[in-house]
Amino acid sequence: MNIDQILFCVMGFVALTSALLVAISNNLVRSLFMFFVTLFALAGLYVFALADFVAVTQVVIYVGGVLVLMLFAFMLSNKEVLNNLQQSNSKFISVGKLPAVLVAVLFAIVLINAILKAAPDTLQWVKASAQSNNIIKPTDNTINNIGINLMTRYLLPFEIISVLLMMTLIGAAHLARKEEHKL
Amino acid sequence: MITLSNFLLIGAGLFCIGIYIILSKRNAIQILIGIELIINSAILNLVAFGKYDKVNNAGQAFALFGIVLAAAAVAVALAIILNVYRQYKTIDPSKVEKLKG
Repeated sequence: MNIDQILFCVMGFVALTSALLVAISNNLVRSLFMFFVTLFALAGLYVFALADFVAVTQVVIYVGGVLVLMLFAFMLSNKEVLNNLQQSNSKFISVGKLPAVLVAVLFAIVLINAILKAAPDTLQWVKASAQSNNIIKPTDNTINNIGINLMTRYLLPFEIISVLLMMTLIGAAHLARKEEHKL
Repeated sequence: MITLSNFLLIGAGLFCIGIYIILSKRNAIQILIGIELIINSAILNLVAFGKYDKVNNAGQAFALFGIVLAAAAVAVALAIILNVYRQYKTIDPSKVEKLKG
């Protein structure tokens, strides 16, 4: 086993375990910080898929932006919610959660079966791109290519995303404002 | 050798945990975390397949778009959650039953 395989296994294990801890824990703050760990482990996995720019973006946007926003929202919504959560049923599997467990397990069975049957490493186009040297190598510099592609091939989605971000900015500011004259 | 199916299996696991969180939690912020986990598993799949597309970079470009979309969704959803909290003094989705505040 190589060092990169061991690191990959550790990253995947950390990602899945911390996601499970997010699911198990009833304390909202603890689950938020476990989500933080999941996001970091996922950024590590992106590095293993040789997408370093996406990994850095993940750390900057998710860990820097989204998580701080969530903590902020948690602090604005109060602590009485937290008390209610803590005295509720803390078992992982209870009767009320049985449908959720059932759906999740069924989804897991279907997805794992599909992945193992599909055998993605032997797909036609994956093999073809590996043969025609269209595969990213660890020594490549991909950021140049991403920038050029974003400005040429993916220009339309890029512009649509920017319009959507503008809409989100206006919409979130409108929703979050204080209402002066409440009915 | 790290194969493609390793990435896909981890993504499938994250997806199922996200589904479980969405269906079982009684707190809007935790449901939002579940949605984020699902989006992240999709991004993981995009990135894993993007390794085999060096020229066009489709996987990585759309992974970036996905991250931006998730961030925008979180901003709007948190604004809605804060509004719901202001109206109902709770963020349990099952206790929010009137459409008109």
